[in-house]
Amino acid sequence: MKRRSFRICCRRRSVVETKTLFQKIKHRNESYIFVVLLALCLLIEIRSGQFFSPNNLVDIASALIVPGLFAIGAFLVIVSGGIDVSFPALASLSVYATTKFLLNIDYQGGVWLPILIALAIGALLGAFNGLFIGYFKLPALIVTLGSSSVFKGIMQGALNSKQLTVIPPGMRQWGTSALFIARNPVSGLTSRMPFAFLAFLAVLVLVHVMLRYTMFGRGIYAIGGSEVSAHRAGFNVIRTKFIMYVMVGMIASLAGVIRVCMMQQAHPTNMLGMEMNIIAGVVLGGTAIVGGRGTLLGCMLGTLLIVIVENSLILLGVPTSWKSVFTGALIIIGTGVSAYQVALANSPRRTKTKIWKAA
Amino acid sequence: MAQTLLKAVDIYKSFVGVQALKNVTFEIKRGEIHCLAGENGSGKSTLIKIISGVYSPDSGYMEFDGKTYTSITPIGAIKNGIQVIYQDLAVFPNLTVMENLAFNSELADRRRFVNWSRMRQIAKDAIANIDFHVDLDAVVGDLSVAEKQMIAISRALMFNTRLIIMDEPTTALTKKEVRNLFNTILKLKERGIAILFVSHKLNEVFEISENFSILRSGELVATGSTAELDEKKFSYYMTGREFQQRHFVPKNLSEKPIFEAQDVGIEGLFSNVSFSVHRGEIVGITGLLDSGRSELALSIFGILPIETGKYVVHGKPVTIKNPQIAKNNDIGYVPEDRLNEGLFLSQSIGDNIVISEIDRLARVIGIMDREKRSSEIEKWIKELAIATPDPNNACQTLSGGNQQRVLLAKWLACNLDLLVLNGPTVGVDIGSKYDIHGILHELANQGLGLIIISDDLPEIMENCSRVLVMKAGKIVADMHANEINEKAILSYML
Repeated sequence: MKRRSFRICCRRRSVVETKTLFQKIKHRNESYIFVVLLALCLLIEIRSGQFFSPNNLVDIASALIVPGLFAIGAFLVIVSGGIDVSFPALASLSVYATTKFLLNIDYQGGVWLPILIALAIGALLGAFNGLFIGYFKLPALIVTLGSSSVFKGIMQGALNSKQLTVIPPGMRQWGTSALFIARNPVSGLTSRMPFAFLAFLAVLVLVHVMLRYTMFGRGIYAIGGSEVSAHRAGFNVIRTKFIMYVMVGMIASLAGVIRVCMMQQAHPTNMLGMEMNIIAGVVLGGTAIVGGRGTLLGCMLGTLLIVIVENSLILLGVPTSWKSVFTGALIIIGTGVSAYQVALANSPRRTKTKIWKAA
Repeated sequence: MAQTLLKAVDIYKSFVGVQALKNVTFEIKRGEIHCLAGENGSGKSTLIKIISGVYSPDSGYMEFDGKTYTSITPIGAIKNGIQVIYQDLAVFPNLTVMENLAFNSELADRRRFVNWSRMRQIAKDAIANIDFHVDLDAVVGDLSVAEKQMIAISRALMFNTRLIIMDEPTTALTKKEVRNLFNTILKLKERGIAILFVSHKLNEVFEISENFSILRSGELVATGSTAELDEKKFSYYMTGREFQQRHFVPKNLSEKPIFEAQDVGIEGLFSNVSFSVHRGEIVGITGLLDSGRSELALSIFGILPIETGKYVVHGKPVTIKNPQIAKNNDIGYVPEDRLNEGLFLSQSIGDNIVISEIDRLARVIGIMDREKRSSEIEKWIKELAIATPDPNNACQTLSGGNQQRVLLAKWLACNLDLLVLNGPTVGVDIGSKYDIHGILHELANQGLGLIIISDDLPEIMENCSRVLVMKAGKIVADMHANEINEKAILSYML
């Protein structure tokens, strides 16, 4: 204990000094990930000359939509000190149920109804998680592992899931309509920026505002820092968690609808298994896995890094079959470096000698 | 005569069959510093929780500022002006000082949205209130315990506070920090705020409080003015036992030393340290926090290997470069921070005892001999009087004193020659402290060599037949039993 307080004293000396903007940036995790991201982009650009072409950028942006939304949800849960591995199953179930129902009633209207239905189902399924994690105080990992199976089971058992190759016309139209079309001046290839990107941006802005400017949002950070302290300060810990899981369910379901609309078909299982890469992206972006620390910006940069590795390695001449090796290596190196820095800072020997010399 | 602020009368409280408080009546006056003392499990926390509204009493009533009530809600207590600063301080390590300070009042005002400039103003006012200087944008996890405590105190003062209850506030503080805390407490007193100071440390009780109350097994055994209290009475009230003064006199001193240090040193930590330990001897090493005493202890056990000089065990030089080698040379080490370094708290008491000798409990092919294991565990629990209904209980269910005994048992099970104890009774209550000292004396008389590292001078004087005083990495005094006295040690230390 005494040793620890010594170390803190040493570190604090630097805190008291006035910080320049550069120092502020230097100490933020986001800056590191941004540098890595930039380096990777430049590398790909140099090797292929295709990275910064308009159509590739639009492709990456549209590839970011679904993982980006999932990451926002996963980020909220991790900041609160929990972990959610059920969101792909949750999204699959709500969008599959929605699509199947609308096909059955031969729905011909716009995309708003499917989105609303999916959001409602997502809220319900999120409430299922929130009930067990918030009110019954069960560990989030166990609950979401279980609910993930339950959701998959309902999809396969009750809904008799198989691939739906046709989706309602409203969803199909929304999925193919473009905000704008980017064209590669050299190759002539074009890419559409889907409308859904606006939905993604809207969620991003809303969640940012919520986290920064509402007591509910600060409560999520507070709970992730110390649940007992949050309770004593007067936060309603149970309700905050419950509402948060409902929101996460809705965000994941929105991602599910967007995914189905963009793919023009509802496949019951092809989102399953995304959770690990999403969580890795969130952690890569500097979010503390134990909760309480992290920024939405870092979370997005981390996710973008994973998306780029997954989508653009082919431009580097790396065969797609090697994709997961690279993603895995990135995760190990990225999280390993920060873990190593923490270990280094906590090493007793180093700090001890430092104290002596300072004294 | 100052007016009474809070009075608790005839308080009874029981939990599933255990009577936590029996007929407790006590009062705190306005602006008074009142010390509530008692050993672990004496009912201190229960009483605090009743006063602050976390529990309601089974019978009895309270009077606050003239109003009488039988129980109160936590919010009600806060509205009355009662604030509790718990041992864990209830701060958010991941958030800034500003947020830590402002959340409580923002939540009390039922705000839904965050106004950062208002929060900053609230935080500024809060720290200015007690003249506390800190960067509002610093993350609380990076601050020292003392600073976190100041944050908790600033926060507590934001609500027209009349009574602050501090639950063992000095546990993790250095001596200097304790001094600062006491200054703050005195300032609060000047403003008419009453302080209920919970502690089981004798010197603190004498130093800071005007009045005291002592609980033992749920009953109030004494209350009154601290001026009328002395050390002997205090120990008696706390434990219900009389302690006689004892001094350790070695009986079975071996002729040759079992352990010698010859000019040992580690750059920047300590240098030219030489001493020897015989069987049956208790050697004390004392000094200030930065004197190198703890580092020396760590080097004997191979955690921080020495860079110059040599250690000689039974007349043979041994390079102790890791704890494994130390253990093979029958050297054991009981760390200061037993919670983090010495015990597997979530594992059973039994497993903690046998962990160091686990190799010897194995049969030929490496499978554990269960019968031998349980007989070992039983033997040590009996020998060291570890108070537990079942050795299969987790180690964290034990009190500090009993945990320390488990740690001792763990090493004694290995048939050691030399045992190094760093702060053997830090955070242990008086009764257990007395018992642990008794055990150490007995071990020495059975032929073990012991080194005690401690800055608790009474402990050193009571137990050691020789004392080495360290200062700035060097041994500045080597005193024998007849020359040991507190004044001399202090003059060498400082």
